[in-house]
Amino acid sequence: MGIWTMALVTFREAARKKMLWMALAAGGAFLMLFGTGLHFQAKSFTARGMNPVLRREIAFTMLTMGLYAVDMLAVLMTILTSVDTISGEIASGTIQAVATKPVPRWQLLLGKWFGFVGMLTTYIAIMVGGVNAIAYVIAGVTARHVVSGLLLMWMESVVLLSVTFALATYFSTMTSGVIALGLHGLAFLGGWIEQFGAVTQTQSAVNVGVVASLLMPSEALWRRAAFEMQSPLTNALRGSPFSTLSVPSIGMVFYAALYLTIALAVAIRRFSQRDL
Amino acid sequence: MNLKSDLAIRARGLRKVFNRKVAVRSLTLDVSRGEVFGFLGPNGAGKSTSVKMFLGLVFPTSGEAEILGHRTGDVATRGKVGFLPEQFRFYDWLTATELLKLHGRLYGMSRAKLKQRVPDLLDMVGLTPHREKQLRDFSKGMLQRIGLAQALLNEPDLIFLDEPTSGLDPVGRRLVRDIIKAQRDRGATVLLNSHLLGEVEITCDRVAFIKDGEVVETRQLRSALEEQTTVSIRAVNITAEAMTGLSQWAPSFRSEGERLTLSLSSTAQLPEIVRYLVAKGADVYEVTPQKISLEERFLQIVGSDGGL
Repeated sequence: MGIWTMALVTFREAARKKMLWMALAAGGAFLMLFGTGLHFQAKSFTARGMNPVLRREIAFTMLTMGLYAVDMLAVLMTILTSVDTISGEIASGTIQAVATKPVPRWQLLLGKWFGFVGMLTTYIAIMVGGVNAIAYVIAGVTARHVVSGLLLMWMESVVLLSVTFALATYFSTMTSGVIALGLHGLAFLGGWIEQFGAVTQTQSAVNVGVVASLLMPSEALWRRAAFEMQSPLTNALRGSPFSTLSVPSIGMVFYAALYLTIALAVAIRRFSQRDL
Repeated sequence: MNLKSDLAIRARGLRKVFNRKVAVRSLTLDVSRGEVFGFLGPNGAGKSTSVKMFLGLVFPTSGEAEILGHRTGDVATRGKVGFLPEQFRFYDWLTATELLKLHGRLYGMSRAKLKQRVPDLLDMVGLTPHREKQLRDFSKGMLQRIGLAQALLNEPDLIFLDEPTSGLDPVGRRLVRDIIKAQRDRGATVLLNSHLLGEVEITCDRVAFIKDGEVVETRQLRSALEEQTTVSIRAVNITAEAMTGLSQWAPSFRSEGERLTLSLSSTAQLPEIVRYLVAKGADVYEVTPQKISLEERFLQIVGSDGGL
């Protein structure tokens, strides 16, 4: 009951504060830009009478690029919208009137978490669905495994959400935001180091990337998602800048699941034991 | 019913240290059910921290406390408690009605119950004309009123009001006073944190003076018998023997000419002393208990530094 009430109020807050609508408006603008770009590209290829196989591959690359942009938007959206909800309410004292109600603290935290998961799920589903729909209508392509790709991107967002929640039970809003973005940045950089390591066959560089993914598995989930969604040809050639040369294993996906569970458990434990 | 549950609040050596700063040194306190109890003390005396410990918001470093017969932090007990935080803040994008409904749901109240309770409360705090207004457009006094309504949603047995009148004009203060009185009549216990001494003097049955996180003194306000008092007596023909005998009531006293000043533990001893003096052949002209006002006592306790 307490969980449901808090989830609902969190979701409603996002809607009432126009956060959700602004994000969707920005997302809509992004989709329009993507569609326009893809449209002109397709038009010029048709005019030049380009080889259909190559045309398809380029459309696929464009699609992956669009999904990559969606992924980055989702990452920022996750951290920026959720970072203030716990630390901000503790700092302002807003939490006091809530935490003195007959609802255990773990339910308050989990309720907020579910509220954000609901909002981010809506956002990611609309954006990934939108990019795919546009690519299909204009260029006749869709991501290979849309559902597993979508689930992996969703999981990336939930990992970051849980980490942000855990940080916010310890630190101020600003500090939590800086650490959460910093961790994702680390994973992002680690991912690229791993890619180049794979190209140049430098095992130690690949290892650096793996360690970075263990510290923060967010970017690894995206790379797995990209692998799932790309055309089989790109994956075989491993030549596109957005393709994944060193593909995170399914083991990494399980690791990420464990990681987010622990992050959430830490958040609940700390929130239940700290002074408010 | 066990003996312990006759107390609304029971604290024993409650202590809170933030980092290295001692916020509450050692708080020992009993508040009976049905009492309106005032917590007085300078800023930083540990009043708010003590309240937060009672409510389970802040965890004590040591010591223990019970509210309504249960250890602090007990989730079910919170259902019988109301709380108005010092600076009432809430999701300011909610309207007054929505805020009360949300809090009611957190109390586990049914929709049907809330449908009837929310308008009643809004009416009680005088916010019915503003019921559909968002809290971000509320003045400080209006926020204080909605906060008060929020604290009374569940008809609590124990109500903590932290500085309830600080943002209010005289009309608002009067309202708070009336509400506290209504809660007392209902049988609820109210703990009032305030440094508005006048308010406390009017509303409270008993007060505790807090300084540096300790109860320095508690004082009954509603009783004719002052717990502690200083008495000034004007009398002549007091023999040396009679004078010595006075020490059975007052271990130390001052004598200047016709005037004697005694410190007594209770005004109940006064008639006895008068009888004694008369029996010893003294001529008594005047016996005046010196009533120390709350403000004087407050200043005595806080000292000239104003608690800064």
